[in-house]
Amino acid sequence: MRRFLVRRFTQAIVQLLLVGSIVFFLARLIPGDPARAALGEAATEEQVALTRAAMHLDEPFLGQFFGFWVRLLQGDLGTSLISGRAVMQDLPSRLGNSLELVLLALAVSLVAGIALGRVAATRADKPSDHVLVAGSIFGISLPVFVVGTLLLLVFAVLIPILPPRRFASPLDDPVAHLQILVLPVVTLAAASCAVITRMTRAAMLETLNADYVRTARAKGLVEKRVIKRHALRTAMLPVVSMTTVELTTLIGSTVLVETIFGWPGMSSLLMNAVGQRDYPVIQAVVLAAATIVILVNLVGDLVVRALDPRAEDN
Amino acid sequence: MTTGTIPSDPILSVERLSVDFQIAGEWTPAVKDVSFSVAKGEVVALVGESGSGKSVSSMSVLGLLAPNARRHDSIRFGGTEMLGLGEEALRAIRGRRIAMIFQEPMTALNPVYTIGEQIIEAIQCHEPVPAAEARARTLELLKKVGIPEPERRIHSYPHQLSGGQRQRAMIAMAISGSPEVIIADEPTTALDVTVQAEILELLRRLREDLGSAVVIITHDMGVVADLADRVVVMRQGEVVEEAPVARLFSEPRHEYTRKLLAAVPRQEPGGHAEPDAATTGAGGGATLRVADLEVEYPGRLGRKGFKAVHGVSFTIGKGRVLGLVGESGSGKSTIGRAMVGLVRASAGTIEICGQDVTSLRPKELRGLRRKYSMVFQDPGSSLNPRLSIGDSIAAPMIVNRYADRRAVHERVLNLLDQVELPTSWADRFPHELSGGQRQRVGIARALALDPELLIADEPTSALDVSVQATVLRLFQELQDRLGFSCLFISHDLGVVELLSHDVAVLQHGRLVESGPARDVLRDPRTEYTRRLIAAAPVPDPVEQAERRRLWRETAR
Repeated sequence: MRRFLVRRFTQAIVQLLLVGSIVFFLARLIPGDPARAALGEAATEEQVALTRAAMHLDEPFLGQFFGFWVRLLQGDLGTSLISGRAVMQDLPSRLGNSLELVLLALAVSLVAGIALGRVAATRADKPSDHVLVAGSIFGISLPVFVVGTLLLLVFAVLIPILPPRRFASPLDDPVAHLQILVLPVVTLAAASCAVITRMTRAAMLETLNADYVRTARAKGLVEKRVIKRHALRTAMLPVVSMTTVELTTLIGSTVLVETIFGWPGMSSLLMNAVGQRDYPVIQAVVLAAATIVILVNLVGDLVVRALDPRAEDN
Repeated sequence: MTTGTIPSDPILSVERLSVDFQIAGEWTPAVKDVSFSVAKGEVVALVGESGSGKSVSSMSVLGLLAPNARRHDSIRFGGTEMLGLGEEALRAIRGRRIAMIFQEPMTALNPVYTIGEQIIEAIQCHEPVPAAEARARTLELLKKVGIPEPERRIHSYPHQLSGGQRQRAMIAMAISGSPEVIIADEPTTALDVTVQAEILELLRRLREDLGSAVVIITHDMGVVADLADRVVVMRQGEVVEEAPVARLFSEPRHEYTRKLLAAVPRQEPGGHAEPDAATTGAGGGATLRVADLEVEYPGRLGRKGFKAVHGVSFTIGKGRVLGLVGESGSGKSTIGRAMVGLVRASAGTIEICGQDVTSLRPKELRGLRRKYSMVFQDPGSSLNPRLSIGDSIAAPMIVNRYADRRAVHERVLNLLDQVELPTSWADRFPHELSGGQRQRVGIARALALDPELLIADEPTSALDVSVQATVLRLFQELQDRLGFSCLFISHDLGVVELLSHDVAVLQHGRLVESGPARDVLRDPRTEYTRRLIAAAPVPDPVEQAERRRLWRETAR
């Protein structure tokens, strides 16, 4: 186990270093002068020189590279070229808002998906199973922006029971915050919930036929316990590894969801930055997103490892 | 319907049991009108080939069949009618009063829980025992079934144990409730003979200690002779004969029982006819010469590899059959795989028809490849399901540009004829064939290019005994007629003695003994071979009792 942990953490650290380096080179790979590209043709030479200094482009190359890492480790992601504010001033709260959405959606889709998948598998080929399978096909095939827009239309406009796009900070107005969370979280969770339902169903249909489930019954275990402890538990292995993949899809979908619901997360920050060629901000957002994906995969691997004792000896 | 000797006070009696499965809306019978019973302290064997309904009958007792099954008439257990019993009442009997031991402990134990957890769960689901006591009992059970270091092994996961230890853990779980009846469904089929002998010994001891009634389901007549008091022979869902074990073997009444007994390959005096010394070419013309072969499976980065074969040497003369025997993990399959190039030899040479295949370049190897071929273990998975059997047989000829289409087609028909399959079947697909028929196709494919050497890796171990007997007879006839040399890999000493001229015994990747089959198997020189032979049960209760005594002595 320790060997695995050491290996897996080393792997994650190497990945982070790689991502950081790629982000560093990203800004330098822009044809011509990034400062000029950011400021546009109309900028004066002094302005460009100032920006170059702000982006540390006037230093020697190796110095730039090490300076980038030193500043990064100190938590300095540079300054926005547009607003002139330090990136670290805006990024944490935006990142927090996005993460709130993603993690809640993940929790919802895991809880609902596993529960629904279990129902579908234990009632395979019965009406409730057919309904769930059909429903999951809907969930998977409807694009996020359609689901989001429809939900917004139905629950905020036609039957106005949930507030439309008006963000409320959880500190100022917790109730309003929870209300406004519902629609984006449901939108985001719909597709991944459907995927997890199908995965759980498929995995459980297999484990329900496994010899060890028959052994568990032959022991005299209560059927509920047979299902939960023996069939569901082993079916979780493929579901967990799929979920880490699903989470990266979720992060991608938040861009759309945040736009539809006017959610002040990372995506609006990113889109504005891309539109205005605000390189330090783009770099910071890419770095943050990549870091999250790497950490999620790390956690996913650790969970799978904890769930499956066989992995230990391979 | 044979109503045999029903014991005076049966604890479990199955009466006129029928089981049907609903398949695509139709009720298909699997078991018809089966009756048998077992008394306290008695061992009853249910014998039959696959599809005979012996497993279905035994699963019926505890209601472990799939939901599409329907059972009727009666299964009585100590005055309780088991059919139609409520979930709660059934649960109280499962595991506690009637316990089951399953065939393949690797899949029958849950891979994500330790064996300790699984045994403790079995104890605690019947009575509210505090955790410490359940653990203490589990340790005791593990000790009882002969698992070394129970304190350590209680924390082991199934994959960390050997096959024999897994089956012991399974048995520990089954006896955790001191059941009145133990139903063992092919408990030793997945195990090596030496391990099988130990497990059978354990079952015998447990029956004496616990006084439980035992129903053992098996296809192995040797196991029956070893353990059973009474035998119920089943075929196609029906009981054809029931008799005390001694009588069943000495005077089988039903024709099917006689056929079944005759089909078991036995080590009989005589054995294989010695081919003429002239054709064997004992000296120069060896078809296969393996010298100092070593195979090492590479380890992970920075770790030592695993050496599966240590300096093995043997030769097979022209027209001779060498039986390669050993337990699982002895390296016998690895040697076969090294020969066809599926694994690389790390040292030594493999000379086929005078050319060393380990040093040939791929192009040269291709030319040589038509001189030897392989018959695989499982014909179900070694034939491409999307190719008709004619195409499968033709494949090696087409790959090696043997002849034009017409000639190939004629050859395919000829080969089908040789393996005694109707030539009109060339267009059929593997799933339309039975296991034995598929293996005939496998043999036909291996013979397609008229090879000088055939490598057969456990070619009949996936087959029923009576099917195995016909395939072996066919194989022997073909070998006599075509005169190819053969490396016959098997764990079944009976089969090896029937077919082989010479035998080589492997243990832990080392050759421990080799020589003419009769000498090695009749008069083994090494302790290991002696143990291997003593462990294989023979289908004769009297001889088997003697063997068991012998085995107990050698096992010390």
